[in-house]
Amino acid sequence: MRLEDYNPLENKEFSILNSDGEIINEKDLPDFTDEELLYLYKTMLYTRTIDEKALSYQRQGRMLTYAPNTGQEAAQVGSAYAMKDEDWLVPAFRELGAWLVKGVPLKNIYLYWYGNEWGSYMPEGVRVLPISIPIASQLQHAAGIGMANNIKGEKSVAVGYVGDGGTSEGDFHEALNFAAVFKAPVVFIVQNNQYAISTHRNIQTMSKNIAMKAVAYGMPGILVDGNDIFAVYAATKEAIERARNGEGPTLIEAYTYRLGAHTTSDDPTKYREDEEVEKWKPKDPILRFKIYLKNKGILTDEWEEKTLDELEKEVMSTFESIENKSDTEIDDIFKYHYETMPPQLEEQLTEYKSFLEGGK
Amino acid sequence: MANTLNIVQAVNQALMNELELDKSVVVYGEDVGLEGGVFRATVDLQKKFGKERVFDSPLAESGIAGTAVGMAVTGLKPVIEMQFSGFAYPAFNQIISHVARMRNRSRGRYTAPIVIRAPYGGGIRALEHHSESTEALYAQIPGLKVVIPSTPYDAKGLLIAAIRDPDPVIFWEPKRIYRAFKQEIPEEAYEIPIGKAKILQEGEDITIVTWGAMVRDVQKAVDLIKNENISPEIIDLRTIAPMDRDSFIESVKKTGRILVVHEAPKTLGVGAEIISIVNEKAFLYLEAPPTRLTGFDTTFPLPRGEKHYIPTPERIAKTILEVVRY
Repeated sequence: MRLEDYNPLENKEFSILNSDGEIINEKDLPDFTDEELLYLYKTMLYTRTIDEKALSYQRQGRMLTYAPNTGQEAAQVGSAYAMKDEDWLVPAFRELGAWLVKGVPLKNIYLYWYGNEWGSYMPEGVRVLPISIPIASQLQHAAGIGMANNIKGEKSVAVGYVGDGGTSEGDFHEALNFAAVFKAPVVFIVQNNQYAISTHRNIQTMSKNIAMKAVAYGMPGILVDGNDIFAVYAATKEAIERARNGEGPTLIEAYTYRLGAHTTSDDPTKYREDEEVEKWKPKDPILRFKIYLKNKGILTDEWEEKTLDELEKEVMSTFESIENKSDTEIDDIFKYHYETMPPQLEEQLTEYKSFLEGGK
Repeated sequence: MANTLNIVQAVNQALMNELELDKSVVVYGEDVGLEGGVFRATVDLQKKFGKERVFDSPLAESGIAGTAVGMAVTGLKPVIEMQFSGFAYPAFNQIISHVARMRNRSRGRYTAPIVIRAPYGGGIRALEHHSESTEALYAQIPGLKVVIPSTPYDAKGLLIAAIRDPDPVIFWEPKRIYRAFKQEIPEEAYEIPIGKAKILQEGEDITIVTWGAMVRDVQKAVDLIKNENISPEIIDLRTIAPMDRDSFIESVKKTGRILVVHEAPKTLGVGAEIISIVNEKAFLYLEAPPTRLTGFDTTFPLPRGEKHYIPTPERIAKTILEVVRY
């Protein structure tokens, strides 16, 4: 694939694997081994299992607010798989599949949603920034990492994620503009899942597609079938290589659909028709990948059954390892605002502890 | 060799020293590269250290602060400039949501030791948004330090300390006195500790706490009443957050009276915090109501009205007498 072949102004969508599981673009099909294909498929299953379990825990009152990823697994797993260890992943908050590929342990992820900051303490060597809730603000960090890589002469790339709603924010514009002006090695991935909570993408922008916004920043933009793991991977890989070669940033619009709610705090039936959701279900990224793998003889029912069983056990045991034993240490609330705690904070901590101990 | 500098030159020299000593320091913002800043605080830096480390950014304050976060988490030391403190509001979200929080959010895994410099305060007959004193807005944000120097010596030493600090520092420079006077200061790098106030004048009768451009006005006020047989203690707070509480608590225990003078609006300002601390820690020593003399709770007026806004040495002198003679 060449980014130039998919001019976003022509509204052309890059795809390889259609929703029937057929390869419609042989020339751009990534050259994956069977092991790699199974790894990608397994990671998508893992993502969905984590989601399903989290939602069920949440309904049982065992989990707090959770932002599900169902339907977006290809956009997440496919893009992150194109990254190297030295590349930085700069997330918003709905990139579960990408975090897993990049090596964030599930324990961290569940701990975060369970309500403890230690979830954002990334293991050494895992170049992933914490979840960023202020919409699109994280893209500036991706641009800054890219600029820093140029200044330091490092060949590492930053991949920043945002949703369709985030493209309306000023920070989206500023981040793309900075990255372009400084030719920073950055890839911006818009997971266009059609909704910002309840607000449809049509209310975010009058652009025919989001990828075309790249044109005005002087960078390539490409509209990709976000439910097609091969297309997402191939587009991201090319954008990352471009960035690594000093050719600057790229904007990728992964066109997808959030099959679930924004978070467990909202009810999507209030703002969209069942009909629309039903229309998207056959386009499920896992479903089409499964058909493809089965037709190729790579995936068997036994493997899938066994794998799902293992994943479910792992997810359950991970959750149980944090459940009811992850209350925040009081000292931790105070300890990490400054390298050295100022006397004002020390005083407040001491007073509170003394209250708890039944002191003065 | 004599190295006699005003405040803006001292700022420039601090940047010069640190760019020289620490390869991870980068300096950028609007017009800071080629032109050397609208107040010339960054003049010649680009010439000396190159466009990679000292550069002009696009005109976007959120972008300046936000990209600095990305640079800082990957090991650089960005010293960024907001052209005026009143232009920093578009960067507020990045500063509050990310610069201040990165360390706590990641439990120390990532930090954002960024220095955000800006000229602050009124008195230079400028346009709207060029005159505000916004230290209180930042002083309430957990994770930030807020520093305001009042002399060339302090400006250099505090800025170097800010650049070397492991945490983010808001560094507001008193532009009204950028060029008001010169001091002989060391040419090499030196640090003045953040979080330590300075007693400018020891006294017995009243504690006057102030900072930034108001320091000189307080000194002038004290001079106006030098024949009134009053012995004032003047404290230059220097760091607004985390503030050196002991400096004024101990002082009030001695004088029994406190006056806080600042340029920023009165209500919920830094003066209110200082007086609350005095009430908590030195209540029984007080002989007069703790008092504030500050800017009004109004928008900073355009140049034809600004002389009314900033407390003058005459108003300060009158207030000192009122507190002492309560």
